[in-house]
Amino acid sequence: MNNRFEALKDVSRIDHRIGIKKIIKMNLEGYAFILPWLIGFLAFMLYPLLMSLYYSFTKYSIVGNPEWIGLQNYLTIFLTDEKFWMSLKVTFFYVVFAVPLRLAAALALAMLFKKARPLTNFYRAAYYVPSILGGSVAISVVWRQLFGSKGAFNDILLSLGLINQRISWIGTPDTAIWTLILLAAWQFGSPMIVFLAGLKQIPKSLYEAAKIDGASKWQQFTRITIPLLTPVIFFNLLMQMVRLFLMFTQAFIITDGGPLDRTLVYALYLYRKGISFGHLGYGSALAWIILVILTVATIIIFKTSNKWVYYES
Amino acid sequence: MSLSFTKKERLNNILFQVFVALFCFVMIYPLLWMLAGSLKTSGNALTATLIPDGLNFSNYLQGWKGFGGHSFSIFFRNSFFIAGMATLGQLFTSSFAAFGFARTRFIGQKVFFAVMIATVLLPAQVLRIPQYIMFNNWGWMDSYLPVLLPQMLPVPFFTFLMVQFIRGIPSELDEAALIDGCNKFGIYFRIILPNLKPVMVTAGIFRFYWTWNDFMTPLLYLQTVTKYPISIALRMFSDPNAITNWGAMFGMTVLSIVPTLVIFIFFQKYLVEGVASSGLKG
Repeated sequence: MNNRFEALKDVSRIDHRIGIKKIIKMNLEGYAFILPWLIGFLAFMLYPLLMSLYYSFTKYSIVGNPEWIGLQNYLTIFLTDEKFWMSLKVTFFYVVFAVPLRLAAALALAMLFKKARPLTNFYRAAYYVPSILGGSVAISVVWRQLFGSKGAFNDILLSLGLINQRISWIGTPDTAIWTLILLAAWQFGSPMIVFLAGLKQIPKSLYEAAKIDGASKWQQFTRITIPLLTPVIFFNLLMQMVRLFLMFTQAFIITDGGPLDRTLVYALYLYRKGISFGHLGYGSALAWIILVILTVATIIIFKTSNKWVYYES
Repeated sequence: MSLSFTKKERLNNILFQVFVALFCFVMIYPLLWMLAGSLKTSGNALTATLIPDGLNFSNYLQGWKGFGGHSFSIFFRNSFFIAGMATLGQLFTSSFAAFGFARTRFIGQKVFFAVMIATVLLPAQVLRIPQYIMFNNWGWMDSYLPVLLPQMLPVPFFTFLMVQFIRGIPSELDEAALIDGCNKFGIYFRIILPNLKPVMVTAGIFRFYWTWNDFMTPLLYLQTVTKYPISIALRMFSDPNAITNWGAMFGMTVLSIVPTLVIFIFFQKYLVEGVASSGLKG
């Protein structure tokens, strides 16, 4: 209703005779412009999402029709599906280590690059390259060889004397997930650039005042930089968490979920169960569960942000 | 006093350069290793050294032949087609929608805008299964429709950025054009579109990267080898159970990242500014 009044006011500014035709024309124009987005939203987001909610209560495979089974899928998942719990565990482990590592590297390098020095622009660009390539199949393929038993990582460790025999890093249950975490941490380029932009916003006068008061570098960092950077940290944390939560390509190509399901991340399990095995109803339930988990995680981050994010106002 | 200060500064600078250069080397090592591997003789491709034993460009010729009689020229052509169409489509539709939100008035506008913002954080992966069922039911399997169409539509995040950008363009320009007899479409094409260049470049580059690197969508929907983009082809080509020619595999991985790198080198400035203002990643 409100919008209609605003629309009326808007028209009346240009033309004092408010015609119903004019209002219709304005609305049509508006809808014509947002039409591509509207189609995309309705056809490729809302409709499939709602349909999958329905499918999640059915037994449905590619051949055949959906058959209503109520909560059965959800009960099976929560009560008996060990791989589901495994994949949740793996995913949380991955996110809990990869996100902070990525952000810590990003912040550390951003601090180093804050001051303009010779070659900083070149290095910033070089450090950013892994971020644009990291999600590609090419890097996953290279990573798989790099950390394989014949790969260069073993050569380096052997020559440094840190290990005395070749280890298949991607084939050992306890190390495989770390090769994926390392790959994620390696791509700290874009949060680094966001941090850099944030650091530039902090007034220099604050540091000068702190220096006069005799604050050490570390004190300046913890008392000025970190608090004033919290909105940016919050933003990076949220974006990177959502991003890494459903990592797929890397796990699929580098370890394929193995060994012993120790890298079976959620997106990979979802793919296997829902599509490779063709359990569409079950897969839909899995998709809805992760959607709820992600939504809850996002809400928690938002809610707690009031406590630690400092907004200048 | 001032002398010791500059000395300290100089020492700091040297330490900075040494640390940053060393760390940079470690960072870039996997990429250099890939490049070196593509030039080594196949038996040595996996060794740690970055200096190839000769320059075996034959790896590239070998690799280019691909597999099953399908050369990499097909896969590159497919990838350029898919990523190019997705980029053009998305730039057009995103800016169009952004103009609608920023410069027209219609009933339900605020609600739709809020809905769009709400979908910014919705990850594409949770939509995979439902979309798969849908496209399967629509008979879109093994066609470019499911691979292309959703990617040609506006990305909420970019649309939001463009809305912000358009709001920064003075509306007096619109009014002047209106008086000169321009309609809304004219204002979009003549006033807004030319002004959107910086945000369009950023959005375009990212759409190109994402589509070029996209693995899961084509994996789900394409079944015919001649329709495969480079990401799928590379994965098949590098199958650890089948391949022994590591040199050729490295050669093709190198070639597959060349378009990404070339775009990065040319548009670095836009890209870094875009990331800084929006927090997007590649």
